[in-house]
Amino acid sequence: MAPLIAFSNIQRHYGEGGGLVRALAGVDLVIDRGEFIAIMGPSGSGKSTAMNIIGCLDRPTSGSFKFSGLEVTGLSRDERALLRRNYLGFVFQGFNLLNRTTAIENVELPLIYRGSPKRERRERAVRALHQVGLEGREHHTPGELSGGQQQRVAIARAIVTDPLILLADEPTGNLDTARSHEIMQLLNRLNEENGITVVMVTHEMEMAAYAHRAIRFIDGAIASDETRIAA
Amino acid sequence: MLWETVKLALTSIRRNVLRSILTLLGIVIGVAAVIAMVTIGSGASQKVQENLAKLGSNMLIARPGQSTFGPGGTTNDSRSFDERDIAALKGELTGVRGIAPSAQKSAKVVYGALNYDTTVTGSTADFFTVQDWTLADGRVFTEGEERSGTSVCVIGSTIRTELYGTDDPLGERLRIGNFGCEVIGLLESKGQSAFGSDQDSTVIIPLRTYHRRLAGNTRISSINISVAEAADIPRVQRDAEDVLRERRRVAPGEEDNFTVRDMTQIANTMASTTTILTGLLGAVAAVSLLVGGIGIMNIMLVSVTERTREIGIRLAIGALERQVLTQFLVESIVLALFGGILGILTGLGLAALAAMLMGVPFTADPRIIAAAFLVSAAIGVVFGFFPARRAARLDPIEALRRE
Repeated sequence: MAPLIAFSNIQRHYGEGGGLVRALAGVDLVIDRGEFIAIMGPSGSGKSTAMNIIGCLDRPTSGSFKFSGLEVTGLSRDERALLRRNYLGFVFQGFNLLNRTTAIENVELPLIYRGSPKRERRERAVRALHQVGLEGREHHTPGELSGGQQQRVAIARAIVTDPLILLADEPTGNLDTARSHEIMQLLNRLNEENGITVVMVTHEMEMAAYAHRAIRFIDGAIASDETRIAA
Repeated sequence: MLWETVKLALTSIRRNVLRSILTLLGIVIGVAAVIAMVTIGSGASQKVQENLAKLGSNMLIARPGQSTFGPGGTTNDSRSFDERDIAALKGELTGVRGIAPSAQKSAKVVYGALNYDTTVTGSTADFFTVQDWTLADGRVFTEGEERSGTSVCVIGSTIRTELYGTDDPLGERLRIGNFGCEVIGLLESKGQSAFGSDQDSTVIIPLRTYHRRLAGNTRISSINISVAEAADIPRVQRDAEDVLRERRRVAPGEEDNFTVRDMTQIANTMASTTTILTGLLGAVAAVSLLVGGIGIMNIMLVSVTERTREIGIRLAIGALERQVLTQFLVESIVLALFGGILGILTGLGLAALAAMLMGVPFTADPRIIAAAFLVSAAIGVVFGFFPARRAARLDPIEALRRE
């Protein structure tokens, strides 16, 4: 089977002429199903750009990006949106929940765009919230939840569609250490029990330690790529 | 999905109640103004139409002199008509329902201790036919009374209420100037004329009585001709002009020293003037609709900017451009429709009030209401499209980065 993510000489440039920035300067990367990857590197190293491309939010300037064998580089905006909707889940540092909207409604959102019937949406959203340990908080709005709980809602929203891959951009960046470890354990469980591939950007070694593979970016290229023997 | 979108739009409108209401105001005022203008306007032209009917149908009015309606007044030779002109017209014209000579004068009429200033008309029994007067009670003049100039009169409903109150005026005396006459007939009310005067403030006496007792001369100031068939009006008008030219010795090629006017035509002109005025006022009101639409566009742009992050989230989790576009478009349509409905209600309320005060009929035209509704929706689409497209085309990465 084709790997889930296959980068082949991916370049991403911003600006032009003298102001040209090579955010990614020819990256080759393969990610298989079921992996739990930490992407690290200083700011400006290209790790966020790589995540945006994996997330089908951005398009490379050149090179080939195959998602499960499908060439993404030539897809239209809406086609990429369909990919995101059906196969990808996003978790952000700032949670990015809709304010004044209850937890369950936030989790239902991706299913609304899929056009799932109301009953099915409710059931799946309840199940996803249960999976992240938020049963009983369905009707709380983000303002009524702690940071850790908000991030759990965000994770529930990301997994409610049963995605192939979960992309987490500094998911513990806004949380204290105890909450961060809880979130990491949750991601770990989703990876091991549900078989969801997890790709996470982080700058904390402690959190990266949860991953099975650590990729370090420096100056738009992969500086190191280490796979640990799973404990 | 659509229902979800509508619910979403309602939620976001509810979150900014004050702002939404202020935004709506433009549409409300615009729609209300258009609805009120058009409704009052159509009431007014309906009233003109009714007055046109009251004026007497298919009526030609001959007057001595030229341009009686114009600012110049009458020309030099405004010699009035006389009995022989009438006889000649009666002899020559065909297809005519009645020919009524008349002369008018304002006078004080007195009954008991009460008096009232009114217009006294001297004419013949034909006058009632020609002017489409109906009798509420009593009778009109007999030929004998006309010939002998008997002191009898027929009075309008205003005179009746002003002077006689609840008494039955039939058989009572009415003093006109310095002669007395007997009330023999009561007219049905006609209301205001198209020119705004009270048509019911009138006293009608036989022409000969008028000449002898009131005027002291034998002038006839106008001849009212009622044509049987509307299609014959131009022909009868031409014939009447020929007869009068001959009678008044107007040489061929010389200008008439009288006019024969088609009253229906005048009334129609007035009705169409009312329509044009209504249209103009409606157009002015429509400008405020445009302003209202721009208000909606403005607030939708603000809304898109404020919710950039939300839009980013939606796009990131897989909303299609079309879905985001629809969301914002529905929001602006819902906003505009709210405004439209409020505007329709306000407009109808204003029109009903104005109709009451102006004494014109109030008729709510469902077609205009439907049109106002559709126009509001269209404003929502037109002015919401640009902001909605801006939202749909946002770059999700940029949008998510925005605080």
